[in-house]
Amino acid sequence: MNDALLRANSLVKHFGAIPASDGLSLEVRPGEIHALIGPNGAGKTTAIAQLSGEMRPDAGEVYFGGRDITRLGADARARAGLARSFQITSLFLGFTAEDNVAMAIQAHQGHSFRFWGNARRDATLRDPARDVLARVGLGARADVVSANLAHGEQRQLELAMALATEPKLLLLDEPMAGMGHDESLRMMELLAGLKGSLAILLVEHDMDVVFSLADRITVLVYGRAIASGAPAEIRANAEVRDAYLGADA
Amino acid sequence: MTALLVLEQLLNGLQLGVMLFLLAAGLTLVFGIMDMINLAHGSLYMVGAFVAATVAEYTGSFMLGLLAALPAAALVGMAVELIALRTLYERNHLDQVLATFGLILFFNELVRIVWGPRAIFMDVPEALSGTVEIVPGAPYPAFRLAIIAAGIAVALFLYFLITRTRIGMLIRAGASNREMVGALGVDVKLLFTLVFGLGAALAGLAGAMAGPLFAVEVGMGEGVLILTFVVIVIGGIGSVRGALVGALLVGLVDTLGRAFLPTLLRLVVEPATADGVGASLSSMSIYLLMVAVLVWRPRGLFPAHG
Amino acid sequence: MVDLRNLNRRQAVHLVALAAAILLPPVVLAADEPFFISLASRMLIYGLAAASLDLILGFGGMVSFGHAAFFGVGGYTVGILFTHGFQGSEFLGLFPGSDNALIVWPLAMLVSGLLALAIGAVSLRTGGVYFIMITLAFAQMLYFFFVSLETYGGDDGLSMYGRSRFPGLDLSDDTSFYYVCLALLLLFLWLGHRLTRSRFGMVIAGVRENERRMIALGFPVYRYKLACFTIAGAVAGLSGALIANLTEFVSPSMMVWTKSGEIMVMTIMGGMGTLIGPVFGVAAFLLMEEVLSAWTEHWQIVLGPLLILIVLFAKRGIYGWLVGREGGR
Repeated sequence: MNDALLRANSLVKHFGAIPASDGLSLEVRPGEIHALIGPNGAGKTTAIAQLSGEMRPDAGEVYFGGRDITRLGADARARAGLARSFQITSLFLGFTAEDNVAMAIQAHQGHSFRFWGNARRDATLRDPARDVLARVGLGARADVVSANLAHGEQRQLELAMALATEPKLLLLDEPMAGMGHDESLRMMELLAGLKGSLAILLVEHDMDVVFSLADRITVLVYGRAIASGAPAEIRANAEVRDAYLGADA
Repeated sequence: MTALLVLEQLLNGLQLGVMLFLLAAGLTLVFGIMDMINLAHGSLYMVGAFVAATVAEYTGSFMLGLLAALPAAALVGMAVELIALRTLYERNHLDQVLATFGLILFFNELVRIVWGPRAIFMDVPEALSGTVEIVPGAPYPAFRLAIIAAGIAVALFLYFLITRTRIGMLIRAGASNREMVGALGVDVKLLFTLVFGLGAALAGLAGAMAGPLFAVEVGMGEGVLILTFVVIVIGGIGSVRGALVGALLVGLVDTLGRAFLPTLLRLVVEPATADGVGASLSSMSIYLLMVAVLVWRPRGLFPAHG
Repeated sequence: MVDLRNLNRRQAVHLVALAAAILLPPVVLAADEPFFISLASRMLIYGLAAASLDLILGFGGMVSFGHAAFFGVGGYTVGILFTHGFQGSEFLGLFPGSDNALIVWPLAMLVSGLLALAIGAVSLRTGGVYFIMITLAFAQMLYFFFVSLETYGGDDGLSMYGRSRFPGLDLSDDTSFYYVCLALLLLFLWLGHRLTRSRFGMVIAGVRENERRMIALGFPVYRYKLACFTIAGAVAGLSGALIANLTEFVSPSMMVWTKSGEIMVMTIMGGMGTLIGPVFGVAAFLLMEEVLSAWTEHWQIVLGPLLILIVLFAKRGIYGWLVGREGGR
């Protein structure tokens, strides 16, 4: 119970009369890849938004590393070690790939009330930025303006920015969205390579990806978690099959 | 005696609020539905005033002037929408600010060329030039009462239009979810032009009614435009109900502040200081009201967008 | 020494402009047209105001429609202190007036900066159309405040009987004053250029590009935007102080809302997000005003549609056009 890195406790969020989260509880343990799955409209994006701090729940709490972060904004949560990527790629499109990652490095290095030195020639920003780009396989693309990167490369860059803040937990909202087969495979390899070094909460539609990557899976239906456990347990769970997998598979 | 004075100022505040509502209702819809900032709304108010003044002068009838001002402002508004503003919807707010600022300069200068630089003073129409005793011993100008009545009528009309008609349904849908209206298969362009024309007509109406109260002059639209912005910020962008509440609040606070703040301050400080500070404070009162509302509710009293 | 053969187009433009600015006073004095020195001073001073607006508008993407407020308050700081110094009275009975530029100019920056801090603190909690309207409303509030301030001239404004004193220089000499303005503008352009390249500048640019992403990365963006807004306000205050010195007069019309619009127009005309571009925009705008208003009193009927055309077709501005593809953004 107390070894959870991230714990959501009975989150409730209504849009008008429609409940998007209806008593959602969830636990992510340190170092694990935890997948959040569910049919369309199950409230996955709303759940991510409440965990990352973009949305405040109507009721319930979020704990991170044992600390109540329910009332913290998204920026404060990011500084505490909770990084996220976006379902729709969210980059600084006018900047080069390296500038994008350097911005994330800068975010991680504390306040930016430094008005003097040239940030684009600052080795303490640029060196680690290049390292992270190399880690996600974009080493050769550092100087390309990010708007001109291929879609798959932009997704890799998105991941690089999240990694650059050296988070304890990564919220990945459909990291493979819109990717071709080869690109998806590369991304899967990347994520598999991260296993153990940090915790990942993964929202993903592709069940092959989910069942091959995840250590544990939580199934979301109508805004609440109907099951949570190892992939084998989830596969065997009758309720899940009825509500979700049965319809799909 | 004091009670009567307060009543008179309350009515004055109500009358200012009603005028602001006429301007704010159209503008807030344009902001809300089209996510478009239009600085030239005050120009339509000015056009309404000038047309009304001119027609009234030639025909000798204020009513004819008023009736001419409405379609004139609506036509000018729709023409501007078709020619200039339509290309700006997809652009960012900065472009919209600059282009509509350019429109203001153009309209001000055009009016100066057509009507000359001097202010025109309109007479209050004969039939409404008297006073009405609302309570015995408290005569109040009939014309101002007529403005209040007209404002209430417009508010009721808008309420009916927005809650009971198909166009109103589309307007509401557009204010809270712009994409959805397009998905409904509605001719969005036509809807925008019509909403714009409606807003322009209301601005023209306000301008025509303002004629006998204030000087009809170049630049008269800008001061009132900024007051209208304050109203919309307080009420919440896109909300006609917010515009009504905001307009009445601003009208009352501004009028009562100017009338009574110096007197109230005299109770605590010496008269000369009280008059000076009172004048400064009352000229800033509505902006302080705006700050208070924003600190409490950053998106206004009745935000239309979720 | 710069090798003149290796200049790129941008450097060439800078060099020509700088040479023209330095050589202007002796040339116009030789041609016996001293009026142009004061026109050129106005260009430099408005250039400072426009460049400061560019910091929030062009670099930060914050559409502030109230910049003239800081400009006006800077001017009034100089005007009010000058008046008290002249009368030998005290401001609010607290401290004496002054006509020492080394005191009143920094004070003008301080007062405008604090005001920008307060106004920004409220307006930056919102965004989009709200932000535009709120900044506009605050400027209008200050306009009415100074109109109602009978102690300091109210609507008619405040005349000063001379310029501020500057140790070792005679500011009442138009040429000396011109060079002081030029020095201050160049100083700001240099500091501003450093600022936009710094870590702070990267954050401001990031907020313009993608604010949501900046928040997700962990930046408390509000603080950075507020700091940027405050710096720009303080610099606008300095330019207001200078214009008060140039004209020896301040009035509420310095912060009427069309003044904010004009400063914005000049910034865009010159080329946003380049810091130096707006100075070119100011020069072009004021020159156009001189020429057109000599030709017809209705020159704004030309300016209005011209503005719309610029918005629609020429957003890179004069500077972008001068330096070609590599310049601007």
